[in-house]
Amino acid sequence: MTQLALVIDLNVCVGCHACVTSCKEWNTSGPAGYMVDKNPYKEDPTGTFFNRVQSFEIGTYPQTETVHFPKSCLHCEEPPCVPVCPTGASYKREEDGIVLVDYDKCIGCKYCSWACPYGARELDEKQKVMKKCTLCVDRIYDEALPEAERKPACVMSCPTSARLFGDIHDENSEVSKAIREDAGYQLMPEWGTKPANHYLPRRKTRIKIHEDELERVDNPLSKEERKTHNAPGTGPSLDDMTTW
Amino acid sequence: MHPAFSVIFLTTLIGAGQGLFLALFTGQIFSQFKLMPEQHNESFFYIGSLIAIILLSIGLFSSFFHLGHPERAWRSAAKWKTSWLSREVIALPATMVAIAAYGLAHYLGFTTPLFTMPGGTGVDATLLLGLAATIATYALFVCTGMIYGCIKFLQEWHSPLTVINFILLGTASGFTLATALSAYLNTGLVHFYASWAIFFTLLAFIFRLASLRRNSRIKPKSDLRSAIGVNHKNIKQMAQGSMGGSFNTREYFHGAKASFVKSIKYVFILLVFVIPLILLLLSLNVSTYYIPAIAIGIQYLGLLAERWYFFADANHPQNLYYQQIG
Repeated sequence: MTQLALVIDLNVCVGCHACVTSCKEWNTSGPAGYMVDKNPYKEDPTGTFFNRVQSFEIGTYPQTETVHFPKSCLHCEEPPCVPVCPTGASYKREEDGIVLVDYDKCIGCKYCSWACPYGARELDEKQKVMKKCTLCVDRIYDEALPEAERKPACVMSCPTSARLFGDIHDENSEVSKAIREDAGYQLMPEWGTKPANHYLPRRKTRIKIHEDELERVDNPLSKEERKTHNAPGTGPSLDDMTTW
Repeated sequence: MHPAFSVIFLTTLIGAGQGLFLALFTGQIFSQFKLMPEQHNESFFYIGSLIAIILLSIGLFSSFFHLGHPERAWRSAAKWKTSWLSREVIALPATMVAIAAYGLAHYLGFTTPLFTMPGGTGVDATLLLGLAATIATYALFVCTGMIYGCIKFLQEWHSPLTVINFILLGTASGFTLATALSAYLNTGLVHFYASWAIFFTLLAFIFRLASLRRNSRIKPKSDLRSAIGVNHKNIKQMAQGSMGGSFNTREYFHGAKASFVKSIKYVFILLVFVIPLILLLLSLNVSTYYIPAIAIGIQYLGLLAERWYFFADANHPQNLYYQQIG
């Protein structure tokens, strides 16, 4: 079974919002119709987005760290939004695990959005149907595109490669390796939704350097050694240091 | 959660309609099984059924305002195997049809016993239809309650108390309405209905207080740590991804001040329970119809406040991601 998903590396995300604009650009031009932008140049602009980047400050000043946190539909393996849908407009695809909304069946009752703990679904103010990330389902299978571009728009646009895309059920995939080796985790695991999207935590790269690695104890070239041994005939000779 | 008036009207109106039918049928059973003097006032039953149907219809009509695409509403009966909302969509018209059939049977006078039970009680068409309508009514109550009760991360709703309160509050308002109706139609059932209305209002009061108590002690299962997966006790949102609002900031926040929400709580306790109880106790002895009529008016207003509070009280975990605009 395939489960396509994104793995988002919080260690390298710089919060540039390129994924947000790229997502909006691709999906607003897509066959499902545009994603509304209300009052774009006025007070209270609002609109539909599939992906948003939020920022959090961790710690107390001055020991703080800013984490940029991209958030979109997590394509849960146990999606709580799907069974509650009264019309069947909300569904999870068998073949690749993508959770989708059939915009022609959706009645806009918003019940699925209540049933998503992540707030990943947004009702489009214009089309009055529930919208959410499709993992660019109209892009990743498009054979008209070069194979390297058959990825979600957000993944294509990320300048730091913070977004990986692939099948998390294939243990040899790039995403599975990232989850396994870089401590990938799920959001709100307490609800049992089993999100397919994973996040990679902030990681500090540290090397342990021992004192004697910086300065050899028996370094014949050290200041002290030179002082004591530089007088001719007093210090150790080459004969002391090695066997011929 | 943001309280939507379409849903507030839907749940309170159909609750009262269902309760009114249950009151009618309770009256009929007591009379037919000779637990009280027999009632021969057919008009009370069909007028009552008509009012119940009207309440259910207005509720149904109001629910359409909650939908983005009301013209596609017919589709919502499709997923009854998994969705309580879908089940409600089936149960609501089924209940209306059953109550209509019950009222019609009374109107057409189908009261000749079809067979006689061992105790000598004649079973007629109205009794059988009433039984069917009772089952439908309870099914509808359960569906309506479970729509809210089944969402496990809305912890304030995820409790059997949600369904119990929908049943009890609907029944209480229905019996209060039946008291007013029987007083108006002079059926002599005022004392009977007022006593039942007092009983159900008191019972609903106890269970609503229990749910208030439960909800005030809830420990949220999710916090910012699990929401973004950073294990630090001091996490503060700096930006939520948009400077204007979004669906996420509108749908899940009631937007009212905490003091206002708290005042609504006391308002509904007063209007749903305390004042109607006093008026119902009064109408046990005074036979004017306007006292129970005022009681149901006040109780219904209170129920609107109660339902508003029910929504406002529920705290959605997605709100963790929307604490600060920027």
